Amino acid sequence: MNARILALLISLAPAAAQAQAESYGGLGVEAHGFETPKPGTVLVFPRDHGAHPTFRTEWWYLTAILKGADGDSYGMQWTLFRHALEPGAGEGWDDRNVWMGHAAVTSASEHLFAQTVARGGVRQAGVEAAPFRAFIDDWTFEAKDDDLTQARVSARDPRFSYALELKSDRPFVLQGEGGFSRKSDKGQASYYYSQPFFTVEGTLSLHGREIKLKGRAWMDREWSSQSLAPDQKGWDWFSLHLASGEKLMLYRIRGAAPYLFGNWIAPDGGTSFLACDDISLEPLAQSAVDGRMVPTRWRVRVKSRGFDVETTPLNAQSWNGSNFAYWEGPIAFRGSQSGEGYLEMTGY
Amino acid sequence: MRETLWTLLALMSHWRRHPVNLATLILGLAIATALWSGVQALNAQARKSYDSAAAIFSGGGLQNLVAARGGLFTQELFVKLRRAGAKVSPALEGTARVGEKNIRLIGVEPVTLPRALTLVPLRETKEATNILTGEGRSFASAQTLRDLSLSEGARPKTQRGFILPPLVAIEKAPPGAIIVDIGVAQKTLDKPQRLSRLIVSGETRIDAATLAEVTGDALRVEEPDEANDLSRLTDSFHLNLTAFGLLAFLVGFFIVNASFGLAFEQRLPMVRTLRALGVSARALVASLVCELLVFTLVAGGIGVIGGYLIAAALLPDVAASLEGLYGAQLSGRLTLDARWWLSGLAMAGAGALLAAGSGLSKTLRLPVLSVARPIAWREAHHSYLRRQAALAALSLVAAALAYRAADGLVTGFLVIAFALLGAALLLPVALAVLLRIGESLARGPLVRWFFADGRQEIAGLSLALMALLLALATNIGVGGMVEGFRRTFTGWLDARLVAEIYYEAATPADAREIEEWTRGQRNIAAILPVWRAKTRLDDWPVDIVGMTPHETYSAHFPLLEGGDDAWRALHEEDAALISEQLARRLKVRLGDALDIPAPGENWRAKIVGVFPDYGNPKGQLRVDHERLARRFADASGVHYSLRVAPAAVAQVMAEMQTRFGPKIARIVDQAEVKKVSTDIFERTFTVTAALNTLTLIVSAIALFASLLTLSNLRLAQIAPVWAVGVTRRRLAGLELLRILLFSAGAALLAVPLGIFMTWGLVAIVNVAAFGWRLPMHVFPEQWAQVFVVALVTALVAAIAPATRLARSAPTDLLKVFANER
Repeated sequence: MNARILALLISLAPAAAQAQAESYGGLGVEAHGFETPKPGTVLVFPRDHGAHPTFRTEWWYLTAILKGADGDSYGMQWTLFRHALEPGAGEGWDDRNVWMGHAAVTSASEHLFAQTVARGGVRQAGVEAAPFRAFIDDWTFEAKDDDLTQARVSARDPRFSYALELKSDRPFVLQGEGGFSRKSDKGQASYYYSQPFFTVEGTLSLHGREIKLKGRAWMDREWSSQSLAPDQKGWDWFSLHLASGEKLMLYRIRGAAPYLFGNWIAPDGGTSFLACDDISLEPLAQSAVDGRMVPTRWRVRVKSRGFDVETTPLNAQSWNGSNFAYWEGPIAFRGSQSGEGYLEMTGY
Repeated sequence: MRETLWTLLALMSHWRRHPVNLATLILGLAIATALWSGVQALNAQARKSYDSAAAIFSGGGLQNLVAARGGLFTQELFVKLRRAGAKVSPALEGTARVGEKNIRLIGVEPVTLPRALTLVPLRETKEATNILTGEGRSFASAQTLRDLSLSEGARPKTQRGFILPPLVAIEKAPPGAIIVDIGVAQKTLDKPQRLSRLIVSGETRIDAATLAEVTGDALRVEEPDEANDLSRLTDSFHLNLTAFGLLAFLVGFFIVNASFGLAFEQRLPMVRTLRALGVSARALVASLVCELLVFTLVAGGIGVIGGYLIAAALLPDVAASLEGLYGAQLSGRLTLDARWWLSGLAMAGAGALLAAGSGLSKTLRLPVLSVARPIAWREAHHSYLRRQAALAALSLVAAALAYRAADGLVTGFLVIAFALLGAALLLPVALAVLLRIGESLARGPLVRWFFADGRQEIAGLSLALMALLLALATNIGVGGMVEGFRRTFTGWLDARLVAEIYYEAATPADAREIEEWTRGQRNIAAILPVWRAKTRLDDWPVDIVGMTPHETYSAHFPLLEGGDDAWRALHEEDAALISEQLARRLKVRLGDALDIPAPGENWRAKIVGVFPDYGNPKGQLRVDHERLARRFADASGVHYSLRVAPAAVAQVMAEMQTRFGPKIARIVDQAEVKKVSTDIFERTFTVTAALNTLTLIVSAIALFASLLTLSNLRLAQIAPVWAVGVTRRRLAGLELLRILLFSAGAALLAVPLGIFMTWGLVAIVNVAAFGWRLPMHVFPEQWAQVFVVALVTALVAAIAPATRLARSAPTDLLKVFANER
């Protein structure tokens, strides 16, 4: 899932959000006045690449696993969040959406994270559906066609900048029931689709050094108004690129009873959903990160597929330390299969 | 240590036996400190308010971007810069009227607000969401809420009918300001899509090249000190206050000097005895310094408290003048830090040390065995007068030199200060000469003695008389300026405010609607739009005001330079009228061309007239209405003047108010405008008058202290006269008469000195401070008044010492001959 946040809510309105909900990022707050996802809704592209202002929150998420011309491994993140502070649309400064961009670059030796924020309504940030274009300040994620088969992603910070060219000839992968993704047994859900098949070429500028890069990227799109149950505190989410060309998405939402879900994606984009009891996520080692313990090595199993691997992070300190903080970084895995991917952990 | 302690106690015993001497000393030091620190408190309070107003956007050294030519700019530039990667946050400042008060409305954007700013609570607390949800939030300091008589949660309504979000008190809001979301500010101020500044977040800095690349020449980086326009505009006002404070301190210092002089003279025998008993010079110095320290602490403490009270009493007037003159908002509650208290005490200490300096050194150099010579200064009288005359000449030369170099406020004050000092030093010399002439003309021994003895007395009284002279001259000088200003200003207002009704529409659309209606009214003879735009010239804020061709202006509008042709040229050519202060600042004259920064390209206009613009801290240009509208698309088109038959004024105003309601932001008649304008100046001069009166009171005390000193010392001169048969009552009468003569002399000298001071203030200081020159006026009736005040002051000061002489015990007088004093 990728749910990542309502960081906004946390970063902009800590007291309000925390008072109302113990759940991570206020995602468990009830959504009066907002639309909620309903099963059976058909997602339509390119329309649904754009923003859904009748829902409280949504995000456009890209993580990339890259190999530099210098031989080193890199991870990159580009994310745009939208969060409506209250329902109802207004013009200009009366628009009640707040936008937040996160960008990060990870290598074995460092993890650099940048954040920028914007009010809606004045075109400092926004999303257009066709051709797809998401932007905040000078950070953009921009398709060259209506089908989003080719795109360009860039972000800039005083310490780093990157520009990546994305390509894919595979279809979008709908998560859950035709894009309706359940997050608890109590009905919390989101609309969720992914594009895990992007190939990437680009350049990274790091400490004044230009590095050519190649690799793979995974895009996630999700929108909802209340995607967590009030007792759910956070999640662990894996997106894995298998050496076989298959992709695997797994998540565990930590609540009174953990809620697990997975999707085994064939190289042609065909999906098979994995039930709760088919998945096992087991922390093997913890790292001290920003004054707390975070599980950074995992044993991941999918029993029905005979999948049994151990993951190791490229950099155990892949901590995105904003007002609302989370762990997001590249991982590699070995065992019954090998490959690489991204791990996201919230609520620690 | 013990030695010092006992010496100190012995020295201190003097004060127990001379309580009046002690009282004048403490009083003098306290008054000097009070006046000085009171003025400093007012200045400090004002500066603090300006700083907090200025620091709201530049706190932590943040860069600010403003419109290159002043005024507002479009919000698109903000978006463009953000999209180019510059981390800027938008703000819009303006003035709104809430109730009877103008408030500074500040719109900020809480999501991008840089963390380094003092307003950061808006971003980091729960208020951040409250601003952007529900009814929203407005923020103001607790003091501002009190000033507006509003409580937290109230929703103030602006005069334009806009209801602000509920108020919350926050500590960091500058005085007189209400902070709202940028969107609310744009609506309230009717400036949709407009911004006044961009604050660059601390992580990045923007250089001119990047700025030009993204925004062309629309924006520029604001210089750090420029944000504080208020501080610069009001500098001269504060310098005036400081000069007054210093003068008052000086006069107070004379009292202290006289009191110390008395104490040292009287204690010489005691000092001699102490030394003879074996007290070392070092112990003596230590004791005297300790004594000074005690006085500093006691009198300085009283003085600083007095200063606080004076400042608190004058603050409302100072705040009102600053608001009226400069739109500066002052926090109404005095908050003073430790530095202020300490500097007050330090000033008291320095004053005491200086006043006691000569006495101290005399005490130290005293030969142990020499006979006490309590009035040694008398013997040095001739050399004293020569020295005095030389110093006076030196001062006057310095004044002349300062005048030749005069190009600023400080040199202007120096001219006046040196001239005052020179004249004051000259006073005893002049009086001595007069007495000598009197003596040579006198018949009869008693009259001759009267004059001769007067010459002896002058030296002892000279400081007090000098203080009196300074106080009187200041009274004449400042009084003349104030009165002259009042007359000029009233006449000028009459000429300037010819239209009968002035109004401001809520929005440009409302303005058009009202204008349409007024055209159809029989009672309204003319509708004169007075549109305004802002720009900067020579980095100085300048208002550009549009005028329509009309007899109202050509027949009445006062011009200093430029004739009838000015009005024709103004409307037919690219021409402008320039305010006197702006012309002086830019050093331009009639006929020169002026490049006026305007949106798009600069506008070259010829100067066809110079007009007086008394009291306006900003520069002003007057141009043709049509041309202004063409050149400045963002000129505010909501101000109008109406010509109405005087009898119909009330009716027209009432009709407009009922018909248009909140569409009219403000409507006033001529009388009201005049009243408001003159009120501002009256309140400014209230402060001046209060300081003036205090100075005069202080000089009376100085005279009293000196006379007291002398009455003790002069027994040696008076006893022989008494012995030859002149009664004590007669002697006291002669003493009184002599003081009155001295005071009359001081008052006579004060008249030309005062006139000179008026001239200096009007022709040098005012021009340097405000940029405009007042016509010079003199007021003989005022001189007569000052003359009487001088005599009354002297009488009040001299009556007690004279009475004491009249009642002095014959034994005291006899002791002079018994050598037992």
